[in-house]
Amino acid sequence: MQHKSVMTSGLDPWRRLSSLIAQCSLLVGVMSLGADAVAQFNAVGPGWLQPHERRSGLAFKSEDLQNQQNDDAINPGFLWVDQGAKLWSESPSPQAPSCQSCHLSAPISMKGVALKYPLWNAREKRLINLDKRINECRVKKQHAQAFPYESDEMLALSSWITLASRGMKLENSIDPSLVPAFERGKAFYEKRIGQNNLSCAHCHTAHFGQRLGGEIISQGQPHAYPAYRLEWQKMGSLQRRLRACLSGVKAAILPFGSEELLELEVYLNFRGQGLRLESPGVRR
Amino acid sequence: MGARILIPPSPKAGDVIDIRILIQHPMETGFRHELSGSAVPKNVIRQLKLDFNGQLLLDAELGTGTAANPFLQFQTQLFESGWFTLSWVDDLGVEGTERVQCNTRAS
Repeated sequence: MQHKSVMTSGLDPWRRLSSLIAQCSLLVGVMSLGADAVAQFNAVGPGWLQPHERRSGLAFKSEDLQNQQNDDAINPGFLWVDQGAKLWSESPSPQAPSCQSCHLSAPISMKGVALKYPLWNAREKRLINLDKRINECRVKKQHAQAFPYESDEMLALSSWITLASRGMKLENSIDPSLVPAFERGKAFYEKRIGQNNLSCAHCHTAHFGQRLGGEIISQGQPHAYPAYRLEWQKMGSLQRRLRACLSGVKAAILPFGSEELLELEVYLNFRGQGLRLESPGVRR
Repeated sequence: MGARILIPPSPKAGDVIDIRILIQHPMETGFRHELSGSAVPKNVIRQLKLDFNGQLLLDAELGTGTAANPFLQFQTQLFESGWFTLSWVDDLGVEGTERVQCNTRAS
């Protein structure tokens, strides 16, 4: 395993130098804004990518796949989006409100919402992502049964809501309440895990663009999810994709909705800042 | 399980147009097994029909060789405005339909 030996000493000298420069400039930026306004944290580490390096996962895919994603007419993800639009306007039971009764038109009211998640729920002292938020509304306001993770209905609603933010950039700021989660997510990304003893950074920061078997390694950017994966032959959430990687390195597969996966999502969203949301993505 | 029928927005009467169909369906081949070892029963779209104003345009029999969420594309010549009606039935007997309107322009 060539990439393993390379990574034992961390990153190559050039990358190390460039991340050092970025680290300094980031700290200077934080100081100039004042300590109260901005939470103090250091994003740069072995997992970090410089702005000019960041690329969509689609850049590593074939032209056919790129066309399939970019043409809404043939993007199979839109089957779930259509289903989501229908679910949005339907009441789960005659006396319960539909999503639309409160939130009105999703393309307007849900614009930018997908970018805010996962967020910190101060009252319950836990992170929630869009899926959990949808179920919260469903149980408390609609008095209906929560959708199971990865059910067609859950994916349909989350992809319909995410579509409203398509084309918007992943944010370059982070809410102070999310900083502890971010730090833990960053540590998880950079930690060696599983029988293969690899961290996320080994593949997705140090060796993106190179081959792993028949695949080209992407940067692990989160901005295309929920996405249609040919391997799954259906839509899937970001957490399902993260679990697939955990299985790939033969690590313990974390349950859906676990804090560790949510913290990793927080880190990935900030790490991909500047990329435009492109869900529903199409991936292999 | 939904479907999309994709046609050009307002084709000229007499034009040959592309019709694209995308259907949400798992297309279980019957060759897969669950983790417990039991076989997943075969369930594919057995028959699929598309008609235009009651006139049959396409009658397809799909099999286990078709991927999940099948995508079909074909061409036809259109002389008048009207409705496309897509209907399909799978091995479990579940039927689905989808309709879309197409308005042609004179020139």
